[in-house]
Amino acid sequence: MNTSLNWIKAYVPGLDVTPQEYTDAMTLSGSKVEGYERLDQDLENIVVGQIEKITPHPDADKLVVCQVNIGTADLVQIVTGAPNVAEGQKIPVVLDGGRVAGGHDGSKTPGGIRIKKGKLRGIESNGMMCSIEELGSDRNMYPEAPEEGIYVFQEDVPVGADAIEALGLRDVIFEYEITSNRVDCFGVLGLAREAAVTFGKDYCPPKVPDIGNQEDAKDYIKVRVEDTELCPRYCARVVKNIKIAPSPKWMQRRLSAHGIRPINNIVDITNYVMEEYGQPMHAYDMDTIAGHEIIVRRAAKGEKFVTLDGQERTLDDSILMICDQDKAVGIAGIMGGENSMITDQVTTMLFEAACFDGTNIRLSSKKVGMRTDASGKFEKGLDPNNALEAINRACQLIEELGAGEVVGGIVDVYSKVKEGRRVAFDAEKINALLGTAIDKDTMIGYFRKLELGFDQETSEVLIPSWRQDLECMADLAEEVARFYGYDNIPVTLPRGEATTGKLSHKLQVEEIVRDVAEFCGFSQGMTYSFESPKVFDKLLLPEGDALRKAVVISNPLGEDFSIMRTISLNGMLTSLSTNYNRRNKDVRLYELGNIYLPKQVPVTELPEERMQLTLGFYGEGDFYTMKGVVEELFDRLGMHEKETYDPNAGKPFLHPGRQANILYKGQVMGYLGEVHPQVADHYEIKDRAYVAVIDMPKVTEQTDFGRKYEGIAKYPAVSRDISMVMPKSIMVGQVEEVFDAQGGEYLESYQLFDIYEGAQIKAGYKSVAYSITFRAKDKTLEETDIAPVMKGILKALEAMEIELRQ
Amino acid sequence: MREKLEQIRAKAIAEIEKSEGLSRLNDVRVAFLGKKGELTAVLKSMKDVKPEERPLVGQMVNETRAHIEGLLEETKARMEAAERELKLKKEVIDVTLPAKKNRVGHRHPNTIALEEVERIFIGMGYEVVEGPEVEYDYYNFEALNIPANHPAKDEQDTFYINDKIVLRTQTSPVQVRVMEQGKLPIRMIAPGRVFRSDEVDATHSPSFHQIEGLVIDKNITFADLKGTLAEFARELFGEDTKVKFRPHHFPFTEPSAEVDVSCFKCGGSGCRFCKGSGWIEILGCGMVHPRVLKMSGIDPEEYTGFAFGAGLERIALLKYEIDDMRLLYENDDRFLQQF
Repeated sequence: MNTSLNWIKAYVPGLDVTPQEYTDAMTLSGSKVEGYERLDQDLENIVVGQIEKITPHPDADKLVVCQVNIGTADLVQIVTGAPNVAEGQKIPVVLDGGRVAGGHDGSKTPGGIRIKKGKLRGIESNGMMCSIEELGSDRNMYPEAPEEGIYVFQEDVPVGADAIEALGLRDVIFEYEITSNRVDCFGVLGLAREAAVTFGKDYCPPKVPDIGNQEDAKDYIKVRVEDTELCPRYCARVVKNIKIAPSPKWMQRRLSAHGIRPINNIVDITNYVMEEYGQPMHAYDMDTIAGHEIIVRRAAKGEKFVTLDGQERTLDDSILMICDQDKAVGIAGIMGGENSMITDQVTTMLFEAACFDGTNIRLSSKKVGMRTDASGKFEKGLDPNNALEAINRACQLIEELGAGEVVGGIVDVYSKVKEGRRVAFDAEKINALLGTAIDKDTMIGYFRKLELGFDQETSEVLIPSWRQDLECMADLAEEVARFYGYDNIPVTLPRGEATTGKLSHKLQVEEIVRDVAEFCGFSQGMTYSFESPKVFDKLLLPEGDALRKAVVISNPLGEDFSIMRTISLNGMLTSLSTNYNRRNKDVRLYELGNIYLPKQVPVTELPEERMQLTLGFYGEGDFYTMKGVVEELFDRLGMHEKETYDPNAGKPFLHPGRQANILYKGQVMGYLGEVHPQVADHYEIKDRAYVAVIDMPKVTEQTDFGRKYEGIAKYPAVSRDISMVMPKSIMVGQVEEVFDAQGGEYLESYQLFDIYEGAQIKAGYKSVAYSITFRAKDKTLEETDIAPVMKGILKALEAMEIELRQ
Repeated sequence: MREKLEQIRAKAIAEIEKSEGLSRLNDVRVAFLGKKGELTAVLKSMKDVKPEERPLVGQMVNETRAHIEGLLEETKARMEAAERELKLKKEVIDVTLPAKKNRVGHRHPNTIALEEVERIFIGMGYEVVEGPEVEYDYYNFEALNIPANHPAKDEQDTFYINDKIVLRTQTSPVQVRVMEQGKLPIRMIAPGRVFRSDEVDATHSPSFHQIEGLVIDKNITFADLKGTLAEFARELFGEDTKVKFRPHHFPFTEPSAEVDVSCFKCGGSGCRFCKGSGWIEILGCGMVHPRVLKMSGIDPEEYTGFAFGAGLERIALLKYEIDDMRLLYENDDRFLQQF
């Protein structure tokens, strides 16, 4: 929403503020000013001049020398090449040292262009006559300006007067961010009212008298509204003997200040009233209305209609149409039809000011693919009571401008009259909510200025229909706060019962996870939760894999963002790929983010959100590096039991011989492995990459932050080394299982110290050597304590066809 | 005898002074004080001394021995010191050679900003809670006083799964879930991922993070809201930070406000950061709408409260001067290493 300061001042005559003061104060009272533009910011020292005499330039065919009267004793000599100058013309002249906004090609120069006197082909020129483009505007806004050449005043302006003022450019345009609840502020009058209260000035809206001849509009037109839900009110008035002409300059200037191009008196009036009242209006040529009856109905499914921009639109039965007895003449609240538009030949006109259901207009405008100024206003949900005031104002302007003869009376179909409401007022409660001690009468004073009534007897505030946003005491509190000043409300801290600030256990665990991952060299990444269903193919997941059942977004930004991820790897691999392709070396990343597992497809209840820790790297390190990170992590989470690894993880996206499920206390906590070379290819990672995915809910269950000191061993340890030759297919984990099972109470630890495959070992076999350490808490171990245990271990190993070496 | 001892002493002194290095010194010790050493030999020959002279001779031998021993110790200590000195000199290193660093990973700027915010509010007695990212329409909209046909619900902003389920567009539904549990008073913040149907560009992302705050208790006022957020802004952006509350509209709060903080780059005089205004918009807030309280089973006559919400990325971008939001989701190592 934009307003011109002059237009606001027209209804708040006492307003005398700088643009910045206006911006600050209006913003603090709730009408946020996003910015402003002074139309005259690059215009300086420009006056109305009159060309007294034109003589040819002695040395240039295309130049002439003008003697210009600027209201001073001496004439000013100006050389110009403009093709349209003539003696007697009144024109804008920028004098020596003044500034214009830009070139006559319409290009603007920041800060403007300074004009200095000088010589043109030897002849002194003491200023410049200006085109409308040089003044920072264009022919759209000043239709009377010539296509090429100097702007010529058509009205009678005094010579020597300020030309900037005369062109209506001594104005400031404010741009507001109006919140959706303040429908009344989408018009100049609403903002003028706010400005009046903000600055403590009087608000003087236009006075609209009863207008019209002795005839009755009802004799000209009938109106039938078939759907009163979608069209709560329809006002129609009739104007005859129309004389299409340009609107007066003051109206043109106000419209152009709002960026609206002046067309003719009728169109300008409808636009003017829309800006002022926030009420869109439409004018139909009465002669095109068959049967002189307006019928407001829903469109038929598939109905076609040509809007006044010449486009054919296809409709459906949720779209409301304005029709006559034969045909549709407009899409309600969006755009009129080509078949009923006003032309220069119009003699009798039907003015429409209606109120339509905001939501319906919003949806309809989307369906027909057209958002107009009118639909933009209607979709906010307008006050039906405003329609009547607006149409009467329009008729007043018709008469004022001599644009036609207004027929008396009005056809007003208004089935359910929108009443104002009453809201209970209690100054104490408002003060209690705000933390203030504002006087009751001060509060009532604010309400009065806002044109809200007050019922002393019931202590109720009477809310007019145009303030549909005021519904309860809290709303009244906001009105008080706005004008008392948010800045003036005290600053305190909540008192009352103390509460404990804390992180949940889940969040505490995540904090530790971040620390460990970072200690291990991994940096934290973040990726999107939604991705493409193609990800499943990239990850080689077979058809029918459970992970392919995903939560689907019905209106995604595109297929690439259309499903909620069921596996966290795509984000990680994409990030590694980005880094790889940017030649970053040895990149290690982790992410903590949810996957979304639907309980059923299609989804009928919320999916399960499971936090996943995803680790990934390429470059330095291998499978066992990743394994080390996992074990470090578990250790730091108080998971001190030994992890086990099951190579049969069955992950199609991982190297078939380099993957494992991670088990803790027999439960799968996640998996790790080398990325399958084909998957790495899909992500354009031309290096071995390793990933691990840990299911955080499972891990969080196993965490144990209890700590207990167990003493430092007092008695010496005894070590036994064993060396074995075994088939490659036996994993050392199986050997360790034997140690764990047979090691007895004194087993302290075991350590792999050699593993070898090659020349000295027969094919298909490997040699493995362990050092096993025993220790007792209460004595020095003797050979007799160890021997039977070792015997048991060796026997069990032999049973696995493991050959023992000396 | 005396002369002999003097001779031994003089010889020992000469030998000690002559000896270079600790091992030679030890040879000297053995030669004089060892089992077969010269002084030991003198002791052994005591049996030949007249009994009456023995104490005197014994004393002389002991004196000589003590003297030699003392000299040996002294020389040894001096030699050791000299040798250590020499070793240390040899071991001089170039301290400007590159450090051997343990490669440590870096935290995402979003998380750094979030942890800072969490720390501030935990200090003020707030609990950090979470809620689902895929959320019922009811919690995301209706229970927050955003009725069915509100423009905020428009498809162009919200990702829908179906009629009843959406990707939450704000963290505010967590407020409702906590209020519904009925445990009062409430002081909580709810950080988390939210989704809006915005195309990706330098300042927009279809997925970003918010931090929601909620306080419900008896006698909570708008003044308390102002005080709390002023405190928060000072903690986050520095002691001199000022806050400005501007009236605004949110369906779930009344009165509502947007909060600007004085620009922490220029201190409020105006710079490119604050686009010359001296102020930076940082969050939205207000007093919880009585209708929202009622819908969540809290009596608005007895309890009042305030709520606020801020964009985490916005804070991170501002605080760390990151000029493009896309950087936050690319995970370029060269970006992450800077935090």
